[in-house]
Amino acid sequence: MDIYAQNIIDHYKHPHNFGILVDADYQQQELNATCGDDITVFLKFSGNKLKYLTFTGQGCAISQAGISILSDELIGKTKKQILAYNFEDIKNIFGVEISARRYNCAMLGLRAIQKAIVVK
Amino acid sequence: MIKRSDFPILNKKINGHPLVYFDNASTAQKSRFVVETVNDFYKNNNANVHRSLNPLALEATNLYENARDSTAKFIGAKREEIIFTNGATAGINLVARSWGENNLSAGDIVVLSIAEHHANIVPWLQLKERIGIKLEYIPLKADGSWDLVVAQKLLNKRRVKLLAVSQVSNVLGIINPVAKLIRVAKQKRIVTLVDAAQSIVHLKINVKQFGCDFLVFSGHKLGGPTGVGVLFGRQEILESMPPFMGGGDMISFVKTDSFGANELPYKFEAGTPNIAGAIGLGKALQYLDNVGYGAIIKQEKILTTYFLEKIKKLKSVTVLGTAKSKLPIFALIIDGVHPHDAADILGQIGIILRAGHHCAEPLHNYLGIHASLRASLSFYNTKTEIDYFISSLRELINTFK
Repeated sequence: MDIYAQNIIDHYKHPHNFGILVDADYQQQELNATCGDDITVFLKFSGNKLKYLTFTGQGCAISQAGISILSDELIGKTKKQILAYNFEDIKNIFGVEISARRYNCAMLGLRAIQKAIVVK
Repeated sequence: MIKRSDFPILNKKINGHPLVYFDNASTAQKSRFVVETVNDFYKNNNANVHRSLNPLALEATNLYENARDSTAKFIGAKREEIIFTNGATAGINLVARSWGENNLSAGDIVVLSIAEHHANIVPWLQLKERIGIKLEYIPLKADGSWDLVVAQKLLNKRRVKLLAVSQVSNVLGIINPVAKLIRVAKQKRIVTLVDAAQSIVHLKINVKQFGCDFLVFSGHKLGGPTGVGVLFGRQEILESMPPFMGGGDMISFVKTDSFGANELPYKFEAGTPNIAGAIGLGKALQYLDNVGYGAIIKQEKILTTYFLEKIKKLKSVTVLGTAKSKLPIFALIIDGVHPHDAADILGQIGIILRAGHHCAEPLHNYLGIHASLRASLSFYNTKTEIDYFISSLRELINTFK
């Protein structure tokens, strides 16, 4: 059985940056209606750079580990840099093959973050 | 007799692993007889039905109408009472739009169960939006069976006009006491609709025994082609209803300012129907009869008992719906493993499952869960496949620990 990379399982069980950020500049919830994955992100910037990124939610390992890994990656980046991330970048950061049927799971966190910045 | 070799797809391999098809509640696999029948029709008899006086059209029409006769016989109905639709969903929508819109008014109540498929909820919600009807839901007991005490109370409400329920939930797999509730409804002159989409491949159905006004099912869930289904309606009630869709075949005459509706069943079959689909459906019903419901029920009971006995040993797994009258449809909750991850990973080794809310979101909300992993078996599945599923699931759970 080809289980997900240990990295994904570790992040799923012990997510980084999990929790509510009370004084966030941006807050955004994103759902996968078909499967019930649910992520809310909280962003705080210092100048133009992302200082804190936390999240809450529940769902499958790909969506939850994904946002955990992404939160480590994006802290310190500028808004412009964050908005430039796409599916290719996500695949590279995750370091595992992500099948087409898991696209929405993998992209949920990034979508929430980018929406938070754009919508506000 | 049950012959697994009748189903060519079951020889398929996925990533080198034998296909273990445990998603029968989504759609059943097709026997080679059904595949060949559909093929033969297109190769040898294809023409439009009811249209022309040419000999080829007659062949096609005869095959199509024979399928209607077989379907009628199969469920104990008259041929005029069999409307070919494109599936169970289409049948319910037809009833909602043609019967519902003309017989229900604001404040009238439609009683459903909380375990209904979206196909038997959304058409009624649309009527709620359109004309202001009310919906009431029969709740469930802890074992997943209907709470009949509450059901009785709901049916006692003065403005109940329709009881629309599934015989078997596509999530819980429990056989509901439909006939019993229909008897109560009939005493109160409540119209009744049975959704047999999930049950008809497992249980012999007779509309006379049910005494229901409407019954719907899909072809593809019983081994027929996709895109074809059946609406049974009692002749008197179908005759009282206006046509739903307008077009060819459903008319007796058309003038520039008026039309007359055709007789039953054509009144409700506007446009060229799914001819090959209906013929394939007829073949699938014949196949079920040849295998025999006795053999099907016996084998599925063996599989159900075996599955439940094995899954009990996995402590982190909960089975939704534990009532005795259970078909081999198992929605599972696994501590520490999300259903989507399980379906994805097990799928890579050939085990085909469904994850999500299985088009029964109100039921999942009612049970307080987001999603479940569903294994739904058919008579052609085996104990060996169950063993493979259980050992793979155990390995998966351990990896996520």
